[in-house]
Amino acid sequence: MKVAVQVTCINDAMFPDTGEAVFTLLRRLGVAADFPAAQTCCAQPMVNTGYLDEAVPVVRNFVDAFAGYDAIVTPSGSCAGSVRHQHAMVARRSGDGRLAAAVARTSPKVYELTEFLVDVLGVTDVGAYFPHRVTYHPTCHSLRMLGVGDRPLRLLRAVRGIDLVELPAADECCGFGGTFAVKNAETSTAMGADKARHVLDTGAEVLVAGDNSCLLHIGGLLSRQRTGVRVMHLAEVLARTEDA
Amino acid sequence: MSGTFVGMPAFPAAAREALSDAQLRRNLAHATSTIRAKRAAVVGEVDEWEELRLAGAAIKDNVLHHLDEHLLRLEQSLTERGATVHWARDAAEACEIVASIARRHDADEVVKVKSMATQEIGLNEALAAHGITAWETDLAELIVQLGDDLPSHILVPAIHRNRAEIREIFRERMAAAGRPAPENLSDVPRELAAAARLHLREKFLRAKVAVSGANFAIAETGTLVVVESEGNGRMCLTLPEVLVSVVGIEKILPAWSDLDVFLQLLPRSSTGERMNPYTSMWSGGTEGQEAHVVLLDNGRTRALADEVGRQALRCIRCSACLNVCPVYERTGGHAYGSVYPGPIGAILNPLLRGVGVDEQTDSLPYASSLCGACFEVCPVRIDIPEVLVHLRSQVVDAHRAGPPKGEAVAMKSAAWVLSGARRLSWAERGMGVAGRVLNRLGRKVMPGGRRALGRLPWPGSLWSNARDVPAPPAESFRARWRREGRR
Ligand code: SF4
Repeated sequence: MKVAVQVTCINDAMFPDTGEAVFTLLRRLGVAADFPAAQTCCAQPMVNTGYLDEAVPVVRNFVDAFAGYDAIVTPSGSCAGSVRHQHAMVARRSGDGRLAAAVARTSPKVYELTEFLVDVLGVTDVGAYFPHRVTYHPTCHSLRMLGVGDRPLRLLRAVRGIDLVELPAADECCGFGGTFAVKNAETSTAMGADKARHVLDTGAEVLVAGDNSCLLHIGGLLSRQRTGVRVMHLAEVLARTEDA
Repeated sequence: MSGTFVGMPAFPAAAREALSDAQLRRNLAHATSTIRAKRAAVVGEVDEWEELRLAGAAIKDNVLHHLDEHLLRLEQSLTERGATVHWARDAAEACEIVASIARRHDADEVVKVKSMATQEIGLNEALAAHGITAWETDLAELIVQLGDDLPSHILVPAIHRNRAEIREIFRERMAAAGRPAPENLSDVPRELAAAARLHLREKFLRAKVAVSGANFAIAETGTLVVVESEGNGRMCLTLPEVLVSVVGIEKILPAWSDLDVFLQLLPRSSTGERMNPYTSMWSGGTEGQEAHVVLLDNGRTRALADEVGRQALRCIRCSACLNVCPVYERTGGHAYGSVYPGPIGAILNPLLRGVGVDEQTDSLPYASSLCGACFEVCPVRIDIPEVLVHLRSQVVDAHRAGPPKGEAVAMKSAAWVLSGARRLSWAERGMGVAGRVLNRLGRKVMPGGRRALGRLPWPGSLWSNARDVPAPPAESFRARWRREGRR
């Protein structure tokens, strides 16, 4: 099976350690994955803001970059959701039949990281070690657009040394929402403030989620409020072992 | 008389006011979380809930696909049962029809059953212009009307008020509208309800004309259906000599047997009850009553023409999407500038009015984080996030001709950078240089060890006013990958 990793643009530019962690983790599980260097972005920023024409070349680049792979793994629920639910719409809009066909071939091969680990590789214990008090935020797109269910929690529960505590009102949106975070900045931060308060209530040292964009928002609030709670991508937790 | 939404500012500005009102936010958080829990519990009792949702959506879709036939059928059945059918293209026509019926009966007041359609068309204000006073008889609507306020929820229009506020409204305003509030009225809900009851009873007994909407209109039998919790609707529907019902053309159900599905979906979704307390059905007028039905378009055919958006016409106004919406919970209903607030308002208003016309309407599709909670609860499976994104694209397209906004320029350049790996890599290299500098200069260290940027200039300030931003890494992932020559 030829496996590619879609690192995602935000991880590439802002959180390279998450991309690193995905490769470390996959290597440990015996999967030699590629980083197709032609990849850029899933086009979600354009699509979700309503710029569908602008999204067309980005989607085209996506299907070109990932052509020829059997599985495309991404450490982002929202990017996986965007590919599966929005690329077809963008292709339709472009009126380009070849693009539509390429999208139809590529989109079903995209897996959010925990889907790939649990469903394709069939593992929940990835041999990780992380001796910290952790709480998990299921991001909206993982939860509702993709329906990843309890896969992330099953993976986390199998981590050695972890003290996993439940997050109150876990399935409530953190308020990030892409450009919503700036277009409706005040509403967004009001939502995020409630999320941050729930995180603090758990007494966790680390907040974990499967989407760095949500963590950028919640982490930014936690940091501004000088709470001392750090945020980490799920892949980074799963990549940790006793040696590293 | 209650106010109107005309001239409301765009959502972000309107939301600001609500966000800074701590009392309002407490009222809303309390009310929505209570009803959310109630709904979840009673929906959880129904094993075949998903099948019911699918059935509800299918019935409504069928109606929408053959709306012309169903409408003619409804008109025929209604006429056969003695009702007079009127067709109204827009709000003005509908209001004129109601006003002329009232005038013909020399009525200077009408009693109203809570109805979204009549609020949508601004009937109360239009009747007032004809010298006719419309009295709301639903308790929450009464509170809004007496308080000279605007509704902020589909089902519980006064959700933003607490009982102390309601007591004040009753004490100060009831007298001018009819029977005054009793002396020493307390804020115990029971007493408040009793005061409203006495106040309203006088109106039911006096009014010659009643105005209602309908939750459902059954084409097969010409039956209109109103579901409610207080019984005031039933009083309005039966006591007055003339009954005028304003019904959106999407309210049709083809057959009597379809009602079964919706009488299960609606109460559980809306009030979190297994059954609603009062279900009134009438086919034509009740004994000796003159019955009129105004079939209202007012933008519905426009919405129907929108391939993606037309699913919004399946809406049964249960308000479940409002109660779960994290944006609504924090901003309340007024921020949406319409009688239809919350997620459904964010799509229905642009669909009914059309985008690209005013800033307020155009701001609504963006009043969502696209979290999807609304879709999850909607009893007729309206994919609200999908319609929101679709409408955003319409808003963007509507403004493509004029001078580009800053956002459009930013999106175009982002798309240019993001449609080629080489361009992206150059952009990241720039960020990397900035990152190296900022990593030295950044004074604040975020938990986990990364440096934070300071407060950014506009538009970055929209982010950094409340949230720290980590400094960019010195090297992007792709740069590291290339440098290390990993395949
Ligand atoms: S959109 Fe769905 S959930 Fe919202 S009010 Fe309409 S029927 Fe209810």
